[in-house]
Amino acid sequence: MTTTTNKLKGIHLPKTASPAAAALVAGVRAIVPVLLALLPFGLAFGATAAGSGLSPVEALGMSVFIAAGAAQLAALPLISDGASVAVVVLTVLVINLRLMLYGASMAPHFRPLPIWWKGLLSYHLTDQAYAATITRFDNGETKEPDKRWYFLGTGMAIWTTWQAATMTGVFLGARISEGWSLDFVLPLVFIALAIPAIKDRTTGAAALAAGVAAVFAASLPLNLGLIGAALVGVLGGLAMKTLTERRKK
Amino acid sequence: MSTLTFWLAILGAGAVTFALRLSLIALLGRVEVPPLLERALRYVPAAVLTAVVIPLLVYQDGALEISLGNERLIAGLLAAVIAWRTRNVLLVLGGGMAALWTLQAIGQSL
Repeated sequence: MTTTTNKLKGIHLPKTASPAAAALVAGVRAIVPVLLALLPFGLAFGATAAGSGLSPVEALGMSVFIAAGAAQLAALPLISDGASVAVVVLTVLVINLRLMLYGASMAPHFRPLPIWWKGLLSYHLTDQAYAATITRFDNGETKEPDKRWYFLGTGMAIWTTWQAATMTGVFLGARISEGWSLDFVLPLVFIALAIPAIKDRTTGAAALAAGVAAVFAASLPLNLGLIGAALVGVLGGLAMKTLTERRKK
Repeated sequence: MSTLTFWLAILGAGAVTFALRLSLIALLGRVEVPPLLERALRYVPAAVLTAVVIPLLVYQDGALEISLGNERLIAGLLAAVIAWRTRNVLLVLGGGMAALWTLQAIGQSL
């Protein structure tokens, strides 16, 4: 038992291993606990995809091309309802807008990199990869030129787990989808992401405004309810910010 | 949805997602982002994520159902408390699913 613990703690790389390889491995190691949480999420997506009538290739296609679980899960009911291409694309766009925000806060760390590196790392920009790396990068715990390798290690570990869990879910699909209410994983994943996003009064106001608006807007066609509620939420956040600033003056 | 429509939607969604991911990483430092856009972006995660969650919890079979009898709403609220106290995704998934199954079992035995 002791030996196992020691092995896990120390980085057992040959002395000749490059700093790049060491950073890559460190990135993979850091994300392991998060992968455990990613598994049921990927299983649920695969199983729900199979239940919605998608073939294994179609389910895997979604995981490879979109590579953003929450948006993939949210797109499934639209696909099985025969929604138009525009509605699916627009819904995915709204749900993934937050990735743009992550990009904004990650940008200074990737600034010196050539564009193809930026492209490669951008593909791996997910909630999990962002959350696992940004604090380290901002605190200077990982420095250039190791950041790219650390982030790539994190991203590749997430990617591999996501594809494997998707496929397992597709094949177990019929066995695990009925009666287990696995579709409930979708709101649970969003709850786990939403709560940490509510950091203060202004983000709280954004969430509250969006939540209330979503209840009333849910019956709007073409999934416009989500877009409308998200807009109301952003306005709510901006309004609270203005109010708070005025009170200070 | 036909096979062609499906792949058009998925490729479109994939292209849009990649563009969102890359846009500011590629542009920041080269182009000024309008301050209002930068301020508004701050509220996107909280707003979007909540707007996705709430209808999934309060609507049951297309009808608004805000009551103790709504198992998903109660389990979701419990999951939110777990998320707030622990910030642990695994606990949120495990606790939320366990709560839903328990409530469903109670509901069936009544």
